[in-house]
Amino acid sequence: MPAITRDEVAHLARLSRLALGDDELDHLAAQLDQIISAVARVQEVAAEDIPPTSHALPLTNVYRADEVRPSLTPEQALSGAPAAEEQRFRVPRILDEEA
Amino acid sequence: MSTPTVMKFEQALAKFEPVLGIETHIELGTNSKMFCGCPTAFGAAPNTQVCPVCLGLPGSLPVTNHAAIEGIIKIGLALNCDIVEWCRFARKNYFYPDMPKDYQISQYDEPLCVDGHLDVEVEGETYRIEIERVHMEEDTGKSQHVGGATGRIQGADHSLVDYNRAGIPLVEIVTKPITATGDKAPLVARAYATELRELVRSLGVSDVRMEQGSMRCDVNVSLMPRGAAEWGTRTETKNVNSLRSVERAVRSEIERQAAVLDSGGRIVQETRHFHENTGTTTSGRSKEEAQDYRYFPEPDLVPMAPSREWVEELRATLPELPAARRKRVQQEWNLSELELRDAVNAGAVELIEDTIKAGAAAPAARKWWMNELSRRATEQGVELAELPITPEQVARVQAMVDARELNDKLARKVFEGVLAGEGAPDEVVAARGLKVVSDDGALAAIIDQVIADNADVADKIRAGRVAAAGALVGAVMKASRGQADAGRARELILEKLGAS
Amino acid sequence: MSELVKKSAAELGALIAAGETSAAEVAQAHLDRVAAVDGEVHAFLHVDAEGVLAQARAVDGRRAAGEELGPLAGVPVAHKDVFTTADMPTTAGSKILEGWRPPYDATVTARLRKAGLVILGKTNMDEFAMGSSTENSAYGPTRNPWDLARIPGGSSGGSSAAVAAYEAPLSTGTDTGGSIRQPAAVTGIVGAKPTYGGSSRYGLIAFASSLDTPGPFARNVLDAALLHEAFSGHDPMDSTSVDRPVPPVVEAARRADVAGMTVGVVKEFGGEGYQPGVLARFNEAVELLESLGAKVVEVSCPNFGYAMPAYYLIAPSEASSNLARFDAMRYGLRVGDDGSRSAEEVMALTRAAGFGPEVKRRIMLGTYALSSGYYDAYYGKAQQVRTLISRDFDAAFEQVDVLVSPTTPTTAFPIGERADDPMAMYLADLCTIPSNMTGNAAISVPCGLADEDGLPVGLQIMAPVLGDDRVYRVGAAVERALEDRWGGPLLAQAPELEAK
Repeated sequence: MPAITRDEVAHLARLSRLALGDDELDHLAAQLDQIISAVARVQEVAAEDIPPTSHALPLTNVYRADEVRPSLTPEQALSGAPAAEEQRFRVPRILDEEA
Repeated sequence: MSTPTVMKFEQALAKFEPVLGIETHIELGTNSKMFCGCPTAFGAAPNTQVCPVCLGLPGSLPVTNHAAIEGIIKIGLALNCDIVEWCRFARKNYFYPDMPKDYQISQYDEPLCVDGHLDVEVEGETYRIEIERVHMEEDTGKSQHVGGATGRIQGADHSLVDYNRAGIPLVEIVTKPITATGDKAPLVARAYATELRELVRSLGVSDVRMEQGSMRCDVNVSLMPRGAAEWGTRTETKNVNSLRSVERAVRSEIERQAAVLDSGGRIVQETRHFHENTGTTTSGRSKEEAQDYRYFPEPDLVPMAPSREWVEELRATLPELPAARRKRVQQEWNLSELELRDAVNAGAVELIEDTIKAGAAAPAARKWWMNELSRRATEQGVELAELPITPEQVARVQAMVDARELNDKLARKVFEGVLAGEGAPDEVVAARGLKVVSDDGALAAIIDQVIADNADVADKIRAGRVAAAGALVGAVMKASRGQADAGRARELILEKLGAS
Repeated sequence: MSELVKKSAAELGALIAAGETSAAEVAQAHLDRVAAVDGEVHAFLHVDAEGVLAQARAVDGRRAAGEELGPLAGVPVAHKDVFTTADMPTTAGSKILEGWRPPYDATVTARLRKAGLVILGKTNMDEFAMGSSTENSAYGPTRNPWDLARIPGGSSGGSSAAVAAYEAPLSTGTDTGGSIRQPAAVTGIVGAKPTYGGSSRYGLIAFASSLDTPGPFARNVLDAALLHEAFSGHDPMDSTSVDRPVPPVVEAARRADVAGMTVGVVKEFGGEGYQPGVLARFNEAVELLESLGAKVVEVSCPNFGYAMPAYYLIAPSEASSNLARFDAMRYGLRVGDDGSRSAEEVMALTRAAGFGPEVKRRIMLGTYALSSGYYDAYYGKAQQVRTLISRDFDAAFEQVDVLVSPTTPTTAFPIGERADDPMAMYLADLCTIPSNMTGNAAISVPCGLADEDGLPVGLQIMAPVLGDDRVYRVGAAVERALEDRWGGPLLAQAPELEAK
């Protein structure tokens, strides 16, 4: 049985916002199956009582003072925008209300 | 789409028991944003308060605002929460155009504050609202929908996004399920939101203005048949932007869900949107797939471990909280329940108190804020506290009234002048020449004229009908354009007519 | 070719400081070299000759004005295209960012400028630093100056090739799983991964935030140390930046001795899958260390075998989130916006068109590992493995000062050989990944040519967190002894590139 099904791969593509064609999905499904089978080795490690590590170094409490710093100009902010209008980023119509 | 039918509220409550949950988002009033140094002022020109960090530009990194963490800890403490010894930020992953990084920095299974409560009163009864968690996150940008008829998202042609709001510190306060409120459920929800707003305002960490979105409520409602043990499926109603709407949204959802359940239908777990104009909710997103936010610890930020010393320092800075203050002022000012509630609802308690501190007597301080100034705030559509007048200035005006330099009518003119930006009360008095005429010489001349003009009334007074003096006092006030000291005028009239 | 391009960075800095040449002259010599060979090597994605000369003249001006400048002032550096530069495009090797001009400089970029380094241009890389060959660049592969049919390593392959081809004496890279050390090894130069947090990530377009580390490339250990020192150190814009002094790497590189040190050989790295010529050179290097006065012991790190699977869960998970922002809304490519499609559709079309196959693979893999239902089994387990690897390192560094291994199991492989075989490609980082998982300092220095193909082999030296000086000290000792043996740098044995 494969580690991941074609349907799951299609679901991942939607979650990842990638409009993939059928060929690409097929190709990826095979590769992901191989990779996931390989990385599943992490499950061999008997690690019930092992704490997880999320950061390389154990730093804590890094803060900045509540001070205002210069912002970009609107021109700079919008300089890379694919489309802009009324000093705002113009985006295609949005289907859903905010999640 | 068929029109959803509703069941009458009383009928719904006879059959079902509601369970509520309220998630409240509060924008903190820090100088700078949550993770960058951009300012947070409301209403700035679009995209003028953005930088690589809050625009989510490639390569940018967040750094946590210390004052925001102070603010949330104060809120947590005021809500009787435990402040955890160690926690992390997490990324909440979902794509949305107004979210610059397409993930929100939030907290997931490690919130900063847990297990608190807030007591609220409804019709003399106290309800303890348990707080599940209070966590820190960042706000999103704002989209404006263009094209289509309504400016709403449906039918729009495209949208324009302003990221000024993106990255403003946001505190989310989540209640545990609120049960056993019965037909009081809508009122309890509203009382909770009101009390929470008061509480946060008293801490000075946010302006908590629902109409500007610095406080926003999402209301979860489910129903279970009376006597049942298991809760029903809940809906989450968003877009609830006033205290009144909180109450209406709960009521409307109860009525709608009751109708669905009563007709044998099932409640769909979904997001719904509240509409101010109709007071009803409509279904939000049509979820093709369940959301999967793929939370994981935010690798760009390090864990927070607030020291116990810091937490205690912050606890020591907490002001008297609204409930305690209310109890105290009710006694001190000798208010009825109703008078107290009015003052609370008007957001006037603190203002009245500060006015008293500045030297005014309690009844006078309350009178000005609750009548004249409340009226003006309502006219202008602003909160009482936003009127450009300070408690010290109100106390100053009252001091002039007490000294009989002003009467109430003139005092209102002084307020008018101060609110119009003409300066401090003394400046307005000087500039407008507002001064009670209590100088006997000046008054005497006016009184003589008034007596001459109203000989018949004068005769009645001479004949002993002292009550008729009111008409002459009125005439004196009119002749002096309100500036006469009415009390002194009456004395002088009676004196002159030998009726004293 | 000009003699100037063969000189070390330290020599160039000294010559410029002494007025024997100028930054402008040095810049011109390197621009000429780039013009001559980069058509074949393709190390650069962007070179703006005019801009380079302007920078160089500005440095000469600063010096003329009496400004105190560092030892690398006026020395050219090739800058990996993953760092934002306000005056040059920044693409991270991706089509999705084609032509993007960031409105800000990365901290590393700003520090290069401050130190007076002249940024020659932006170097090619695997798209978003995902890869070990630079074949994943959307702008075509970079070629290894030792054999143009072979890969220069990756992801910082443009940077390694630029230095190996004498196009620049120095270059910057980023190391997430070996992306500096492996390219350095296969091109016969020096590449160091500083301690995580020792060099700032602000303005580094993120691949895997908890692993990404900026570091230097150079043709010798001292030059690498000088560059390391120039751009490292605490950065308040990066929350994960270490607030400690930069370890004394330059002093260590000058010291170049191993007397009294204990060197551990990682038992688990070797045997099957390792090219015999690589193992032969590595074993000689170990013998050399012993002959130089180091005590050599074998050390077992039993969990290092799980580092690669854990890495291919953690890095893609973080990447899937980091790369979400490339959504066609605020910057970069937008595909399919024909007025009828929704933002959601345009996002998905743009990302499908703008990302290459390896990036898509890793986004999908990371999305999978973070999904509800899979998180504990994959991402969660991988984080536990991270703890185990850290314990292995801790135990090892109780016995030894540094650990050594081959940098990568094979020499440079032919372009195309592993292009569609991700698992084979991933093996290139087998020995380098453990140090990324724990944030340790590590370096790769040349240790000879493999007998079977005459291509360079790298020796990896690993030290504890903030023990960066140790890897430079040992690396410099090895370099000095080997160059004595070879009668000059290893790179002198590389074939001359024909100027075209």
